[in-house]
Amino acid sequence: MATQRATEATGTEFSSGLSAELLREEQERELPPGTGPYRLAWRRLRRNRGALLFGAIFLLIVVACLLAPVYSHDIAHTGPNDEHITEQIKIGGKSEYVINTIGIPIGPTWHSRFFLGADPGGRDVAVRLLYGGRNSLEVGAVATLITMILAAIIGILAGYHRGAVDGVLSRALDVIWAYPVYILGVALGVSLAVGGINLGAINVKGNSLFVPAAIIGLVYIPYVAKPIRGQVLGLREREFVDAARAQGLSHLRVMASEILPNVASTIIVFIPLMLANAILLEAGLSYLGAGVQPPNPSWGTMISDGVRNIPAAIHLVLVPGLMLVIAVLSVNVFGDGVRDALDPRAKVRIGR
Amino acid sequence: MLRFTIRRLIAAAGVLVVISILTFMIFQIIPNGDPAIRIAGRTANQAEIAQVRHEWGFDRPVYVQYVKTMGKIFTGTVVSYSQGVNVLDSIRQGLPATLSLAIGAGIIWLGLGILFGVITAVKAGRFTDRALTVLAFIGVSSPPFFLGALAIYYAGYKAGIIPLAGYVPLTQNPAQWFTHLIAPWLVLSVLFIGIYSRVLRSTILDTVHEDYVRTARAKGLSDRQVLVRHTLRNSLIPIVSLWGLDFAQVIGGGAILTESVFSLHGVGQFAADSIQRLDVPPVMVVTMLTAFFVVLLGAVVDIIYALLDPRIRLSA
Repeated sequence: MATQRATEATGTEFSSGLSAELLREEQERELPPGTGPYRLAWRRLRRNRGALLFGAIFLLIVVACLLAPVYSHDIAHTGPNDEHITEQIKIGGKSEYVINTIGIPIGPTWHSRFFLGADPGGRDVAVRLLYGGRNSLEVGAVATLITMILAAIIGILAGYHRGAVDGVLSRALDVIWAYPVYILGVALGVSLAVGGINLGAINVKGNSLFVPAAIIGLVYIPYVAKPIRGQVLGLREREFVDAARAQGLSHLRVMASEILPNVASTIIVFIPLMLANAILLEAGLSYLGAGVQPPNPSWGTMISDGVRNIPAAIHLVLVPGLMLVIAVLSVNVFGDGVRDALDPRAKVRIGR
Repeated sequence: MLRFTIRRLIAAAGVLVVISILTFMIFQIIPNGDPAIRIAGRTANQAEIAQVRHEWGFDRPVYVQYVKTMGKIFTGTVVSYSQGVNVLDSIRQGLPATLSLAIGAGIIWLGLGILFGVITAVKAGRFTDRALTVLAFIGVSSPPFFLGALAIYYAGYKAGIIPLAGYVPLTQNPAQWFTHLIAPWLVLSVLFIGIYSRVLRSTILDTVHEDYVRTARAKGLSDRQVLVRHTLRNSLIPIVSLWGLDFAQVIGGGAILTESVFSLHGVGQFAADSIQRLDVPPVMVVTMLTAFFVVLLGAVVDIIYALLDPRIRLSA
């Protein structure tokens, strides 16, 4: 009877189960006719408790990281790059060295100072975790913004104009697609970290966070642009596009006011999933020394430092690693909920 | 069909040429990145640097340098800047480790991905489905270098059941080869298992609504027969094409993170090390190797699809 059960589920959602699906359809029947797609989606998302929970966790992490200066100043009393190699701290009455005599940093103290321990440079891991999170999330957010804007423009242009425009843009996407992600990222990261970006008016220093963000944003464009292009190819044949053209609207107007609103839900579906990927890729590039540049912390560089200190101080791997996994996991689960809500028939397929 | 194949292969070759030019250009735009200074060494004077620059042809126009480098790649005489060793020899040395990693992990992630995908689809909405779904989400959210570090610490240092790092050739000691690779295989597979089981689950649940599945059921086939012969067979198509592309990436050195954290000294780690030294020729070769596998398998997948489905062939 196992497959029988599977037949009954519509098979579109991933996190919510069969009963939730039936319940949802029941409740939607009571809605007044003409309820907009976003309103429907919001209702669906609101009922997906798992997705909301993880969305809240992610929000909590974001807020905590934004409050890094407060934590650093008022609780830990040290900055992310302040070194306390020779100092002693008092824990429960007895004093201990931050770095002991054989060079091993102190583990989590669970007190206001060195709450999550110190690193070999005598820096407070909890402070660095929050500041590093700020960098990781900032890079991820900017990268996602770059990906989404460029991918939407490229996807709509290619799908709407077809022909030569599509040919050129699609081949460009093929090139990025076939380029091994990490090799492209690391090559760009290392070369730009040396020199920065100098494009006429735009001047960005090599150690700026914008460098990894731009690289990651570029790398993921095809993953979003291709599905959008495919959707636009179908949309442009629809009557409302003909109607808009017959009214005398320019191609640009049609793309902006007729096509874009129709692919908006696809774009929204991709935002959290791309954010998760961008945070992961940032960590990977930083791990390989091609992302956020030291002494700036990021979760990736912190894990990289930690790996070098195995087996002496495993907390240096565990603390940033678990934080990274929890952050990415929560974006992924929330994003999956958003997709279920906006795209219940699972038209948008995300390959890799 | 022949025309479609030829056109697809020409497009693939074009992509490769553009990728090689791009890779070359990325390293040309580095300010102060003059390789002659690095090759000549720290103590070299201006005359020696000029000498090196002339010998290596760095004083020639960029496009001449590009054509020369490409020529050397195809004749197999391309030499790295930093140590002056033959790049193809270095890659050949790294290839056994990379192939061992790719093949072992490829089998594991395809097998477990299909297994978990089928289980979650069959048990859709039940506890097993939810539990495996949570695991899949954790899998796609965990970077391999973090999992690798955990494996090295807990299974290596603490439990002592796996070696700490490195690669032992299969021909030298099969048992050692296996114990050195078991952790890298699993670590590399986790992400893919998560993705594949998700994709397979949703395609199976979509396929279940198809007419031919209803027909098969109406014929009186058992659930198991319908699942294996009709549903699964069609649902596996996207999985196999995904597998082709991912496998191509890993073979071409795409598993940089896994290779570095376990110090396997494969092709990917060779590429990462070369990039750190701003050593252009090895990076060009590895990039083109990876892109070659990806483009080739992409073209093969397209052609197979076109063979199976005339609609693709005619519309393209």
